[in-house]
Amino acid sequence: MGQYIIRRLLIMIPVLLGVSLIIFTMVRVIPGDPAIILAGPHATKEQVDKIRAQLGVDRHPVIQYFSFLGNLVQGDLGSSTRTGLPVTREIMARLPNTIILAFSAIILASILGVLTGIIAGVKQNSFFDHLSMMIALFGLSMPVFWLGLMLMLLFSIQLGWLPAVGSETSKHLVLPAITLAANSTAIIARMTRSSMLEVIRLDYIRTARAKGLTEKLVIWRHALKNALIPVVTIIGLQTGTLLGGAVLTEIVFAWPGIGRLLVEALLSRDYPVVQGVVLLVATMFIFINLIVDILYSYLDPRIRYT
Amino acid sequence: MEDTISQGETKQWSQFREVFRRVAKRKTAMLGLIIVILFLILGLFAPLIAPNNPLEHSLQHMLAKPSIDHPLGRDELGRCILSRIIYGARISLMIGLIVISIGILIGVPLGIISAYYGGKTDFIIQRFIDTMLTFPGILLALLLIAMLGVGLQNVMFAVGISTIPIYARLSRSSVLSIMGRQYIEAARSIGASDSRIILHHILPNSLSPIIVQSTLHMATAILWAAGLGFLGLGVSPPTPEWGAMLNGGRQYIRVAYHVATFPGMMIFITVLGFNLLGDGLRDALDPRLKI
Repeated sequence: MGQYIIRRLLIMIPVLLGVSLIIFTMVRVIPGDPAIILAGPHATKEQVDKIRAQLGVDRHPVIQYFSFLGNLVQGDLGSSTRTGLPVTREIMARLPNTIILAFSAIILASILGVLTGIIAGVKQNSFFDHLSMMIALFGLSMPVFWLGLMLMLLFSIQLGWLPAVGSETSKHLVLPAITLAANSTAIIARMTRSSMLEVIRLDYIRTARAKGLTEKLVIWRHALKNALIPVVTIIGLQTGTLLGGAVLTEIVFAWPGIGRLLVEALLSRDYPVVQGVVLLVATMFIFINLIVDILYSYLDPRIRYT
Repeated sequence: MEDTISQGETKQWSQFREVFRRVAKRKTAMLGLIIVILFLILGLFAPLIAPNNPLEHSLQHMLAKPSIDHPLGRDELGRCILSRIIYGARISLMIGLIVISIGILIGVPLGIISAYYGGKTDFIIQRFIDTMLTFPGILLALLLIAMLGVGLQNVMFAVGISTIPIYARLSRSSVLSIMGRQYIEAARSIGASDSRIILHHILPNSLSPIIVQSTLHMATAILWAAGLGFLGLGVSPPTPEWGAMLNGGRQYIRVAYHVATFPGMMIFITVLGFNLLGDGLRDALDPRLKI
């Protein structure tokens, strides 16, 4: 197991380098010279050159990339062109909010999705199965931002039960978490159902039934353990997706997370912040995938030897 | 020779009829097909169907509630919401088709080359795809828009590029599964060139999952593009695009809920239609893919 983890950690290095290179390249091919923009319309050539030297953009791109990597390792992502504050500080101020939102959503989605999927799979072709899968398809087809607005219209504006925007109290979390969870719940429910259907057709389940175990015991003790292995992967992947996908939900509910920070930075062409947020989310996504893979190999030891 | 062609056509036609028969058996898939056809009609014949000019504004009627002349009411600039939704179908249709074309035209050849040649080629292409997949969800599209600037064209390009890994993965695994088949070996043994084997034997036989994926992807493309439109990164006003319309109506949700409600409902119904049809097609074309 230890060796497997070390091997997986080593594989991550080229992927992380690849991601940093893509982001570095993309942000630098953006049209417009940042030095000219910073210097303003009336600057002389000398002033622009001086700013260019200060920013380090007059050096060879390869040197720039390595200096970017060097700074990155030290946690220096540059400064926001909008506020002048260090990008790391801007991100750290917003990151906890996104983590709270994404994790609340994934916990909600996992509980609801797995339970619905199990019941739908066990009672295949029943009324519950058809209804829950139809609702799941609704969840997949619903634009997140519209669902958010409709929930806000019903629960905040019409009924007045929950606050519409902001993040001050735990009540503020309810609507954004439900909105963000909708899509993942649908995906997890569909996956659990199909995985359940596949497992209950296997020979060892037939054996368990043949030796006279009750249906409850067959499902909960024998089928579920194996059926949930692929579900763990989906939940892991969804956690990563939610961190990146929180953008729309955060905008609808004015939730001060990194998704909203990213859009604000995008609209005001604040590239150091865009670069920092994208890099952070991609890195978190890679780490979450790693954890999922390790968990997977723990649940299904065959994986380690392939 | 002509006989072979007509036989081939008859075979294809009967295959098509068989698939349609299987899709038609499922009520939900038929519902999806009807929604998709209605969406196509709206998109193609918008000028004939829309009751009013989608760009004509009238500030004295801003946020007007639904009426006989304007069945879905008027928006923040007094424009007819129904007409804007109908014209919006045209934009969503165009977005969907272009996004899928980009994904297929780049992703499918990448996947086929990767699987067919294997070895180093496969390794390099797969690492490239892996790196693209490390950007979850809409993030890669957002990064591309940061690079290219806002606008409808860039949104389509960005979403299209983001779908490449999915098509590449899908076609790769589908090609790998048919590479060992006898008819491929037979073609190779009679001296068929690589390009002939790929175009005449591999591509036609790996199409089913790609067709299914494209239908489901039409849904995702419309959803993502509307999301980017909602964020204000897509079309420039006054073009009627569903996501942008929703964004426009968002701030009036307390006083005039209809402005944001109807465009969102339209996105939802259209995406649902493509998802229902995609699920039905998947069951009809390739039951193994059923989830």
